[in-house]
Amino acid sequence: MRFVRNYSSLLLFVLLLAGIPFFVEDPYFLSILVFVGIYSIATMGLNLLMGYAGQISLGHAAFYAIGAYTSGILTSQYNVNFFLSGGCAIALAVVVAYIIGIPCLRLKGHYLAMGTLAFGEIVYIFLNATVDFTGGPSGIAAIPEFRVGEFFFDSDLKFYILVWCIFILLFVVTRNIVHSRMGRALRSLHGSEQAASAMGVNVADLKVKVFVLSAAYAALAGVLYAHFVTFISPQTSDLMFSIRLVTMVVVGGMGHLWGCVLGSAILTVLPEMLSYFEDYDMLIYGCILLGMVMFLPGGLTRGAEMLYAKCVKKAGKRGDA
Amino acid sequence: MKSSALFVLAAVILFGFVSVAGAAEPYKVGAVFAVTGPASWLGEPEKNTVKMIEEEINANGGINGRPLEIIVEDTVGEEAKTVLAVKKLITREKVCAIVGPSRSGTTMAVVPIAERYKVPLISCAAAEAIIKPVKKWVFKTPQSDADAVRRIYEKCQEMKIDKIAIMSGTTGFGKAGRDQLKKLAAEYGMTIVADETYGPKDTDMTAQLTKIKATKAQAIVNWSIVPAQTTVIKNRSQLGIKIPLFQSHGFGNVKYARTAGAAADGVMCPAGRLLAVDTLPDDNPQKALLAKYKKDYETKFKADASTFGGHAFDAIMLVVEALKAVGDDKAKIRDYIENKKGFVGTGGIFNFSATDHVGLDKTAFEMLMVKDGNFVVAK
Repeated sequence: MRFVRNYSSLLLFVLLLAGIPFFVEDPYFLSILVFVGIYSIATMGLNLLMGYAGQISLGHAAFYAIGAYTSGILTSQYNVNFFLSGGCAIALAVVVAYIIGIPCLRLKGHYLAMGTLAFGEIVYIFLNATVDFTGGPSGIAAIPEFRVGEFFFDSDLKFYILVWCIFILLFVVTRNIVHSRMGRALRSLHGSEQAASAMGVNVADLKVKVFVLSAAYAALAGVLYAHFVTFISPQTSDLMFSIRLVTMVVVGGMGHLWGCVLGSAILTVLPEMLSYFEDYDMLIYGCILLGMVMFLPGGLTRGAEMLYAKCVKKAGKRGDA
Repeated sequence: MKSSALFVLAAVILFGFVSVAGAAEPYKVGAVFAVTGPASWLGEPEKNTVKMIEEEINANGGINGRPLEIIVEDTVGEEAKTVLAVKKLITREKVCAIVGPSRSGTTMAVVPIAERYKVPLISCAAAEAIIKPVKKWVFKTPQSDADAVRRIYEKCQEMKIDKIAIMSGTTGFGKAGRDQLKKLAAEYGMTIVADETYGPKDTDMTAQLTKIKATKAQAIVNWSIVPAQTTVIKNRSQLGIKIPLFQSHGFGNVKYARTAGAAADGVMCPAGRLLAVDTLPDDNPQKALLAKYKKDYETKFKADASTFGGHAFDAIMLVVEALKAVGDDKAKIRDYIENKKGFVGTGGIFNFSATDHVGLDKTAFEMLMVKDGNFVVAK
C-alpha cells in the first residue's frame, strides 16, 4: 500500500503514457512526445542542480552535446555497440563535469552562471573547430538508429516507448535521491550555505556531486537525441539551447520533480500549436511565457498546487455552511 | 416563416461553400524555411517567394484546374524544430512534396525522414553533402560550392593570379567553401599562401587581413555569410589592401554590397544572374524569367530580390511543373524531377539526372562586380 501511495502520481502518469499510442498513431505527435521526453530527462538533472541545490548552469547544452557527439561518433565511425557508446558518452560527460565543477562551483550567484556559460561556449567552439573529428559546422550525418541485438528502434512509436521507459526509471531514481539524506542536504544548501555547512554538510563536495549527476542526465538525453534524429551539428548545443533548458526548469517549477515534464512539454508543444497563428506565434509565445513568470513565479507545478489548495479550501468552506 | 427562410438561405450558402471546396481539392505542397531566427535573411525571401507564386497560380486558375496550397512552416533555423515540421507536413498535411529547408544543417537533419516516407524534398541549402552521395528523394536548387570555386579560379587565371589568400567563417557554409577552395587549387594551378578562419559573429577581421597583407597573395577569397562578409570589405579598405577581393556566392543580396559603401567597389563574386539582370544580353535564355521575378518581388514586398528567394522560386516551380505533368503522386513527381532537362530557373538552366540531383554546372554562375552599390557583370 505504501508503494501505491508514494508512487500514485507516477502510476497515473505511466497509465497516461501507455494509453496515448492507442489513441494517436500520428508520427508527428509521437515525435513531439519523444522530444518532450528527451528534454524532460535533461531538465530533471538540471532541476536537481537549480531547484534543489540552488546553483545555476548556463552550460548544460554542452553536456547534451558531449553525449550526442560521443555516441554519434563512436557508433557511426567505429561501429561501437550502443550500450558501450552510451556508457562512454555519459562517462566522458561525468569526467568533464567533474573537472569543470571543482573550480566553477566555488563561484557564487551570477559568477557561477558566467563560468558555466563560458564553458558552454568553449565546447561550442571546439565542436566547430575540430573539423576532422566532429565534422565541424556540417556536423555528423547518418548516425545509426538505436538497436538492441536485432531489434531496431526504427519507428517513432518504438522510440517513444524507449525514451519514456528511461524517463520513468530515472524518475524513480531521482525521487529516491531527493528523499534521501543527500536530497535533504541539497535543500539545506539552497536555504543557506553557511547554515548547511554548520550542520555538517560538506558543501563543496555536495555541489560537485550534484553538478556531475545533472551532467550525466544531460549527456543521456543527448545520446537519445543523436540516435533519434540521426544527425547532429554544433547548432544542437548553442547557448540558446542552454537557456531553453533553464527556462523549462523555471516554467515547470524549480524544486519539483514533475516540473521538468511540465516545463519541457509546455516549451515544446506550445510553439508547435502556436504555428497556427503564423507571423504572430512568437509574440503570443513571448506573452504566455512572460505571464507565467510574472503570475506563477514558482512555476506551473506550484501554480497547480496553489489552485488545488484553493479549491480544497473553498470546498471545505461550502461544507461548513 | 422568416426564420425558416433564413435557414434555407444559410443552408444554400453553406452548401455552396462545401461544394466549391469539394470540386477542387487543392494540391498540397509543404515549405519549411527559417522564417525567423538567425537565418531569417534566407527564410524570409524564400517564404515571400513561395507565397507570391501560390497567389499568382491560384489567380490564374490553379494547376490542372486545382488550386495550389503551400503550407509554410517556420523552422527558426533549428534542427529539432525542422524534424517536427517535416513530420507534420508529411503525416498530417499529407503534402506531395516539400521545398526547403533553408540551411544545410536543418536539411541534413530531415533527409532521413524524406527518404523514410518517400516524399520528394527540394532543399534550398547549398552544401554538397545534401546531394552527394545521391539520395533518392532529395534534390537541391542552389548551385554547388565547387562550381563557385571553379568560376573564381577561372577568373583568377584570366587575371594572371596564381597566389591567393583564403578566409572563411566557421559555419557549415564557410567550411564547405574552404574545403573546395583547397581541393581545387591544384587543378587550376593556384597556391594558397594564407588560410585564415574567423567566427561567424566576429566583428573585426583586421588580424586575419594583416597577416594576409604580409604574404605574397595576389587576391583574397572570402567565404562566409552576413555580417562577416561586409566586415571583411570594410577592414580591407581600412588597411589599404589593394589586391582584388572575391566573395562567395553567399554575397547574393545587393544590400550587403551597399552596407559596405564605397569600400565594396570592385569586389567580385560568382552569383546567379538574378542580381545583374539589367546588364545581361537580351538573348540570354534566363533574362525574361529573371526580370519578371525581380520586378514582381520588388513591387510586392518593397525589398531587393535576392538569390536566396530565387532558390525557393526554382524549387517551387519544379514542383509546379511536375504537378502539371504528372499530378500529385509522390513517386511520379520524384521521377519527373530526376529526368527534367533544360528547366530554366533563376539559378541557371537545370539538367537533372539519376546521378546529379542539383542539375547545374559552373555556367550557372556569372562573375559579378560591385559598381556604385549595384551588381554588374564583370568584364
